[in-house]
Amino acid sequence: MAMKIDENVFVSNLDALASWVRKHSLWPMPFATACCGIELMATASSRYDISRFGSEAMRFSPRQCDVMIVAGRVVMKMVPVMQRIWLQMPEPKWCISMGACASSGGVFDTYAVVQGIDRFIPVDVYVPGCPPRPEQLIRAVLDLQEKIQATGTLNAREFDKRTAYEGPGDLVKQLPRGSVVVAPGDYRTGTKVHH
Amino acid sequence: MPLEALDPMTEAGADREFLYTLNFGPQHPATHTTLRLILTLDGETIVKAVPDIGFLHSGFEKLGEDLDFNQYVTIVDRMNYISPVANEIAWHHTVEKLIGIELTPRCKYIRTILAELARISDHLLCVGATALDLGGLTAFLYAFNEREKIYNIIEQASGQRFHPSYTRVGGLMADVTDEWIQLIRIFVASFPKVHADVCRLLNRNKIFVDRTKGIGVLTKEEAINMSCTGPVARASGVVRDLRKDEPYLAYGDLQDTFKVACAKAGDCQSRYLVRMEEMVQSIQIIKAAVENLPSGPVNVSVGDKLGIPDKASTYRSIEGLIQHFELFMWNRQFETPVNEVYGANETANGELGFYIVADGGGKAWRARTRPPSFLHFSIFPHLIEGHQISDVPAVLGSLNIIAAELDR
Amino acid sequence: MAANYLVPLQLKFGDTLRSEEFRDNHRVIVPAEKIIDVLKVLKEQFGFNMLCDLAGIDYLGYPDATDRYGIVYSLTNTNTSERLFVKTYVNDPDPELPTATNLWIGADWMEREIYDMFGVTFSGHPDLRRILLPSEFTSYPLRKDYPLRGFGERHNFEKLIRSEG
Repeated sequence: MAMKIDENVFVSNLDALASWVRKHSLWPMPFATACCGIELMATASSRYDISRFGSEAMRFSPRQCDVMIVAGRVVMKMVPVMQRIWLQMPEPKWCISMGACASSGGVFDTYAVVQGIDRFIPVDVYVPGCPPRPEQLIRAVLDLQEKIQATGTLNAREFDKRTAYEGPGDLVKQLPRGSVVVAPGDYRTGTKVHH
Repeated sequence: MPLEALDPMTEAGADREFLYTLNFGPQHPATHTTLRLILTLDGETIVKAVPDIGFLHSGFEKLGEDLDFNQYVTIVDRMNYISPVANEIAWHHTVEKLIGIELTPRCKYIRTILAELARISDHLLCVGATALDLGGLTAFLYAFNEREKIYNIIEQASGQRFHPSYTRVGGLMADVTDEWIQLIRIFVASFPKVHADVCRLLNRNKIFVDRTKGIGVLTKEEAINMSCTGPVARASGVVRDLRKDEPYLAYGDLQDTFKVACAKAGDCQSRYLVRMEEMVQSIQIIKAAVENLPSGPVNVSVGDKLGIPDKASTYRSIEGLIQHFELFMWNRQFETPVNEVYGANETANGELGFYIVADGGGKAWRARTRPPSFLHFSIFPHLIEGHQISDVPAVLGSLNIIAAELDR
Repeated sequence: MAANYLVPLQLKFGDTLRSEEFRDNHRVIVPAEKIIDVLKVLKEQFGFNMLCDLAGIDYLGYPDATDRYGIVYSLTNTNTSERLFVKTYVNDPDPELPTATNLWIGADWMEREIYDMFGVTFSGHPDLRRILLPSEFTSYPLRKDYPLRGFGERHNFEKLIRSEG
């Protein structure tokens, strides 16, 4: 990163510097819905102490945060809320999908649970486990730091030229059309679709 | 959508048209979980609160009809996720009642110890999180430190710290070890000091007392009429505890070691005090149960053809192998009576009951849960009416609403 | 024990009432049109002051079942710790029961849940809306003819991409 000129003076790429600053002060937005939320609290409390990695400043207002930690399963009533919070976060922003339920639906393969949040919002780091141990979440934060340093943030190169949806395929079409599919919600209106 | 259900003009008349509406949740730090409140406010005073739930409805009960009695325990775990073991014990209590299994004494005692540990861990989180919302971070950190010790005990027994899935029909996944008992002895010895610390931090803390005393009062009659159980009902003077009234597991033997904690005022402070006292009583139960832990097997014997045989008898005896085969082949499984049964346990939040309808096969036809959080949250609009908006976290915290149990 | 209540109830409401017993559960089976009167007598004369639970069951395809939906009221006497289960049946096409919210306020949300999950309506209920599922939802998921994985409602949302931030 640096070329040493003299004592205490560094020259660096501004993008690398910005990324370096950013990665050590990630402010998480704890989107905690279920069991993983408790492990998220355990990660923040005394034994595991996520502040050692600069991510202790949990802010519950999405406007102040740069990483959304989706901890727990997301059900269809919650998807519009999650999308809205994601849109409210300022750029640059990242998303950690914590736990099996957020990443893939986990054990809840039922009518109400979304089979992975990456079907509806972009995800950067997936954390396996049900729920993941706090060490695993800390690992995910470190991985995200690496990713931020590697991809750069100043020109938002990470998000460049991604205009098409890249997530998993559309599950609605794979399922048999037994009945009329209803639209349970829309992120623009909060919960309700007006026909 | 409840915005439409709420029309200030019709409920309070034209002179109250200055009322305004505040949306609270579903993603809000003070709710701890995913629930939404639509508050009608007169300045800072809450005139009406309309709860909107279902933001974590994951179809637990539908899954209960799809999985067999031993598989569903992993789902039940995730119901009240701050005391998972208690849910498992309640679920298998009802299944064993349905099939008619009498547990071994050792299994009963181990389950009792785990249920009480779960109660302590639940109350610790409830008290800690309430204190956190009311401005005291230290109590939260103390509580979480103790919870880590309980996690270690559960991990030692089952291999998973959070969702152990430790019980099985007719017994447990594995027997406990001497190290486990040693861990419990250490925990029992060290816990009273931390409990006293939390008491010293909160009991006479001016801010904490001011924000909880006289807030969210529930009378005894209302508590009964609104189907409240557990600490919420006991704080209002309903002397009812299934551990005493309908003794199950080893509570029959341990009757003399504990008392039922009750209060009269029915406000947030008495709910807090009841929870603190219940932890002390739980420690007494654990102490007595560990010292009197019977020896012998933890699972019902293979000859009864009811429980899952352990690995040793599966691999080394023909009866064990047949029994294992009978229980795990999808077209064999348990034989159940074509009947229905309700069984309930006293968990940390109140009466956690299951209503199982069986059709003779190895799966439940219907696995209805009686969730204490659901009923406790339904009284919330009544409790908060007339209070300030800053009292919402106090009341929510004292009711200890767990979203996964609320919405299932 | 159920017999203690059954005889006076039968005297009052006729012998269409039946009783069942399994393990320590005592059940009284009551026709739907008499359910509120029976509950009222049980509450006011026999001291069952708490409605502990309200369970809905869909019996579509259940062995020897004649009725479609069963509703079970679990009553508790908080003074004596007795329990009694009052069961009633309703049928398609218009499953309907009178509400018990006038007797127990606690019935409010439990009836809403049964409406949400089974589509059984409770006449006279003050606020019968869907409680757990979105109000736009059209099916009743705990009915036996609704599949576990639904009809694809869970994936019927817009997808957000990076550049939409």
